[in-house]
Amino acid sequence: MFYREVGEFKTSYPHDSGSFSIRLDKYGYYFILFIAFVVIPLMINDYWASAVLVPFLVWAIASLGLNILTGHCGQISLGTGGFMAVGAYSCYKLMTSFPDLNVIFCIILSGLITAGVGILFGIPSLRIKGFYLAVATLASQFFLVWLFNRFPWFYNYSASGQISTPERSVFGILVTGPNVDPWAQYMICLLFAFGLAWGCRNLTRGSLGRKWMATRDMDIAAEIIGVNLLHAKLSAFAISSFYIGIAGALFFSVYLGAVEATEAFGINQSFLVLFMIIIGGLGSILGSFIGAAFMVLFPVLLKNILVGWWEWDAAIATHLEFISVGILIIVFLIFEPHGLAQLWRLLKQKLRLWPYPH
Amino acid sequence: MKVRKLFISLATILSLAAPPALADLVLPWLSYRTGPYSAGGIPTADGFVDYFTLLNERDGGIGGELVKIIECETGYNTQKGVECYEATKGEGSLVYVPLSTGITYQLIPKVSVDQIPLQTMGYGRTSAKDGSIFEWVFNFPANYWDGASVAIKHVLDENGGDISGKKIALVYHNSAYGKEPIKTLEKLSEKHGYELTLIPVDHPGLEQKSQWLEIRRGQMDYVLMWGWGIMNSVAIQEAANIRFPMENFIGIWWSGSENDVIPAAERAHNYKSLTFHGVGTDFPLYDDLKTYLHDKGIGSGDGTSIGTVLYNTGIYNAAILAGAIRKAQEIHGVSDITPAMMRDGLENLVVTDEIMASWGLPGFAPPFEVSCENHGGDGLAMVKQWDAQAKEWNLITELISSDKEVINPLIMEDSTQYAAENNITPRC
Repeated sequence: MFYREVGEFKTSYPHDSGSFSIRLDKYGYYFILFIAFVVIPLMINDYWASAVLVPFLVWAIASLGLNILTGHCGQISLGTGGFMAVGAYSCYKLMTSFPDLNVIFCIILSGLITAGVGILFGIPSLRIKGFYLAVATLASQFFLVWLFNRFPWFYNYSASGQISTPERSVFGILVTGPNVDPWAQYMICLLFAFGLAWGCRNLTRGSLGRKWMATRDMDIAAEIIGVNLLHAKLSAFAISSFYIGIAGALFFSVYLGAVEATEAFGINQSFLVLFMIIIGGLGSILGSFIGAAFMVLFPVLLKNILVGWWEWDAAIATHLEFISVGILIIVFLIFEPHGLAQLWRLLKQKLRLWPYPH
Repeated sequence: MKVRKLFISLATILSLAAPPALADLVLPWLSYRTGPYSAGGIPTADGFVDYFTLLNERDGGIGGELVKIIECETGYNTQKGVECYEATKGEGSLVYVPLSTGITYQLIPKVSVDQIPLQTMGYGRTSAKDGSIFEWVFNFPANYWDGASVAIKHVLDENGGDISGKKIALVYHNSAYGKEPIKTLEKLSEKHGYELTLIPVDHPGLEQKSQWLEIRRGQMDYVLMWGWGIMNSVAIQEAANIRFPMENFIGIWWSGSENDVIPAAERAHNYKSLTFHGVGTDFPLYDDLKTYLHDKGIGSGDGTSIGTVLYNTGIYNAAILAGAIRKAQEIHGVSDITPAMMRDGLENLVVTDEIMASWGLPGFAPPFEVSCENHGGDGLAMVKQWDAQAKEWNLITELISSDKEVINPLIMEDSTQYAAENNITPRC
């Protein structure tokens, strides 16, 4: 009824293998893009940008990145926070060392630097698997944060050890620093998020993505059918770190403006991103966005309802927030282990047949 | 489609969440009553809120305007701090008090653009003392560099003015907060010839075995501590475990509350800490607090924090802000002031002994004056010592003034650098 495929004939291969093969899906996607690119920038204010949408987009990019590695290639990583720190600190060093370099290039270059670091820490994945790999990446998390605290060169010898972003503009529009307009702040994150999500979709349905998935499902079998594990695993680490590095760079330069490694990129952030992809759905792009929305927006929403509307005590509301987020994670894992994206997929399946399910 | 509907309903809920602005004097308080720093956050918040509740109950507010405090829970987390700032800044917030150096660094550029004053009492960015460059930021009455210098002066006094060759360790929270005093201590070590060892403790500071082993192995003569939250009590217990002489262990003012020493019980006896205000409840204000608040049961929190060190810090912070509000009302002749007027009030604030007495806090803290050049007060502090038997803090020194000869050039250097980075021309 809602999802009608009647009358949709696929007459060519590209049409058949399109991302949105059902017309309604495609219109829905265009509609969301329209809202995101046109409607929201016109309506956005400071609070929406810095407290809701920018963090959502930044975390969505990070979970896209981790989803490539964990969801598609099956390598568990707990080093996300550390890789985000690499992105943030390289962005800072690039921005301060080359003041004339456009900030967009700074962010992309920081992604590339992070990709290099990611490959380095991905090498152990060739020998170790599963929990042991998780522990190895955990080491990268602690090592990287320690590194950025230990050597003052990374934070330009500032007294406080904080890095803070200088003002930079793109085409004459400020995108970083305190004077930035909320829509510009949102737009640059959205462009990166859109571009990276688009890239991720096309990577994962191409031959590289199939190699990753073969590795995830059973690496010995993959090797037997001719997948080069070295190439598959390291490319997953590199591309995933590229995404996470960009998320880190945006997190520092556009979202917060000033960070310090220990607090902003601690182990908590690694777990946060891991929860995002588990709740959102492993190996799903929509899942990365839904997961990020759930982990970032739900606490804000709950706080606004409890404290803003019902005028609860702020501390009780925070404790309740911990409890309810925890409970919801457990509930989702029990009832929908494949994440919120799977819930959406099932719903779509049902709607296709509704109201005649048999 | 369901997702879209969900999104729209989420959007309406989120956007309706901000309540409309009221005509009161709005003071946001970025508190943290949860998390590893709540041991410090709760008593400070209680003191701050209680003082303004008292003004509302007893005097009907300030200059006839009720004070409305918006508590926003940050958990000492910078991201939540930013969220709180953005959520509350549209409500006519007069001044921000983040009680976190990390959040202060986040907010300094933002408040300068939004033109809302930021007051960081005894924390935050030290070079904000230079008011000619940091127009919207105030960090009176003392800052970390003052604290570092006062601690060293106390050590000098104890050693007859000569500490060359002494080994002094700095145990610090590995964050912007803990790193603040390092530069000053390094400069002072050049001047006085002591040996400085830096010992970082990572957030949240529950595990400090290796740090204290290093202190024992290095046979440190003195240990200074820049700690906060749970880190303090762990450090004091670890110091007791290695039998470090407590009288040689000096904490900054944030590392000297009852919550920090009580877990170590008797073994914390003689632990020292700095303070820029008095201790105890022996002030007339406490009678009023009892009559108007605690007897009626309308105090903030569960009442266990009343009279503790950090409760007093909260009271002191509230009292000087109330003083600044009065000053602003006096300068501009209106009772319902704006953030810009509040800034004038803060910048022209004069606190004398008589004014402190009129607040019901005679002799509680030294007098100070704020001016365009000096947003940081005089940097006076005392040393207090813990008496584990009586379970109370005793002031053991007079007010000690910090070494301006060393600190002022450092402040100049840092603020000039900030000005250059952000294209600010000094105002005065």
